[in-house]
Amino acid sequence: MSNTPADLKYAKSHEWVKTLPDGTLLIGITDHAQAALGDLVFVETPKVGRVLAAGEACCVVESVKAASDVYAPVAGTVIEANTRLGENPELVNDAPYEAGWLWKLQPANPADVDGLLDAAGYVASLA
Amino acid sequence: MHHVHAEPVPEMVRNMLKQTALHAEHLRLGARMVDFAGWDMPIQYHSQLDEHHAVRSAAGMFDVAHMSAIDLLGAQTRDFLRHLLANDVARLQSPGKALYSCMLNHDGGVIDDLIVYFIDDSWFRLVVNAGTTDKDLAWLQTEACAFGVEVRQRRDLGILAVQGPGARARVHAVLPPDLAERASALTPFSAAWHGELFVGRTGYTGEDGYELIVPHDDLQVIWRALLAAGVSPCGLGARDTLRLEAGMNLYGQDMDETVSPLECGLAWTVSLTDAHRRFVGREALEALRATLSRKAIGLVLEGRGVLRGHMPVRAAGGALGEITSGGYAPTLKGSIALARIPLDARGPFEVEIRGQWHAVREVKPPFVRHGKVLVASAAAAPRD
Repeated sequence: MSNTPADLKYAKSHEWVKTLPDGTLLIGITDHAQAALGDLVFVETPKVGRVLAAGEACCVVESVKAASDVYAPVAGTVIEANTRLGENPELVNDAPYEAGWLWKLQPANPADVDGLLDAAGYVASLA
Repeated sequence: MHHVHAEPVPEMVRNMLKQTALHAEHLRLGARMVDFAGWDMPIQYHSQLDEHHAVRSAAGMFDVAHMSAIDLLGAQTRDFLRHLLANDVARLQSPGKALYSCMLNHDGGVIDDLIVYFIDDSWFRLVVNAGTTDKDLAWLQTEACAFGVEVRQRRDLGILAVQGPGARARVHAVLPPDLAERASALTPFSAAWHGELFVGRTGYTGEDGYELIVPHDDLQVIWRALLAAGVSPCGLGARDTLRLEAGMNLYGQDMDETVSPLECGLAWTVSLTDAHRRFVGREALEALRATLSRKAIGLVLEGRGVLRGHMPVRAAGGALGEITSGGYAPTLKGSIALARIPLDARGPFEVEIRGQWHAVREVKPPFVRHGKVLVASAAAAPRD
C-alpha cells in the first residue's frame, strides 16, 4: 500500500504540496505515482522564475517506460528547483516526500492550497 | 500526471488475455502485468533497473512463453527453408546449429524475424514472435504446401530465457545430468536436447545464456528451481532495455512488412552467396539495392534526457529521419536509440525532444555486449 502523509495537501493529478513555515510551497509527486511510474531515469524541473498557472504542465518525470507531465497544483512562481535530481532522479522513487521533491513555489494566493485534497480525499480519488 | 491511471489492465480485459504456464508465478511474485500482443505478461517485478543489472552482472530469467515454437517436418524441410528465409540454412550442417533470419514477403519487407534450429534432416524448429504468430503460421502453411512440409505449432511447449554471465551454470544445476553436460559443451547459437527438454545457447540480451523450450509442467519446475537458486525474475521492460543496449531489433518497432532487412541493420542476415537460391523477397531486395534510400544507425544522447520511439532525427543539412527504438540504457546511464535516416545523411545529428533539438552521436550498435559498454557514452565521460 502506498504512503500518503496526513500533513500534506494533494492534487488529483498525483502531486503533493507542503506549506513551509515561510509560506512557500514544496511540491512533488506522490508515493502512489512514483510506484506506478517505476524507476525514474530523468527529471526536467521547471526553471526558477517561471510563472505557473494552476494545472499548467511544467515538469517532466521520465521512467524507463515513459515520460509524464507534472502539473502545478496551484498558481505561483517557481523559486527553486531540486537540482539533485539531475544526477539522482531515483530520489523521487526512494523518498518522494523528502529528498525527491521537485520544485518550490511562491504561491500567487496562499489560500489556493486550501482548495486541494487532504490525504483521505486523495486516497479516495485513487479508488 | 498522466499515465498513472491508464496503466492497470481492467479486470474484464484481463480475463480475455492469454496466460502462460508461469502466470500464477508472476502474480505470486507481485509482478506488474500488461497486455502484450494479447498475453497477460509481467512488465516488471520490483524494479526494472535492478532486473536489467541482474542480467548484466549475474543471471535473470524471462517468461517468453508467449512466443511460439513451430516445428517443420518432412524430407524437404531444408529446401523449404532455403526458399522461405533470407538467411541460408545451408549454413546449418550439424544437428543443433541455429541461425537468425528474416522471413520476407515478395516485396522484401520483413514478415517476421526468427531463430531456426536444425534438429535433423526432416525436422527444423522455428521460434517466432508472439504478435506475429498467426500471420506467420498462415504464411508458412501457404509456402510449405509445395514442399510437402508439415507445419506444427508446439502449443505444448513454453519458452524460458535465462540470461547473464551466471545463467548457464545455474541452468546446468537444474537439468538432467547428461543434458547439462551436453549443454555446457554448446557453442553460441547451438542447441542440445533430451526428450522434450530443448536448450539453445541463444538470447536477446547481449549476454551469454540459454533459451529453454520445454513442456509447460517442466517450465514451472525449472522456473521455481532457478528462482530458488537466486536467478532474478525479469519482466518485458528489462528485456527491452537489454535488447536495445545489445543493438537488437524489435519486430514491429525497428522493422515490419514495409521495411527490408537492408534498411534496418539486418543486411548481414541476408545471404546472397548462392545465386541459384531464389528465396522469397530476393528479387525485390536485389532491385532495392540499387535504389536504397534509408539506413539504420545507433545514437547516443550527448546530454541528459531520454530518446523515445518516433522522435524526429535531424541530420546536417536538415534531412529528417526517425527513432525506431529509444530509451534509457541502464548500463550506460544515458539514453540510446536505433534510428532510420536517409542513406546519405551525415552528422552532426540532433533529436527533437519536446520541441527542442538535442545533440546525439552516431555509433555502430551494439552499445553493450557481455557486460561491457562498447560505445563511449556521454554520461560516462567526465563532467565539467
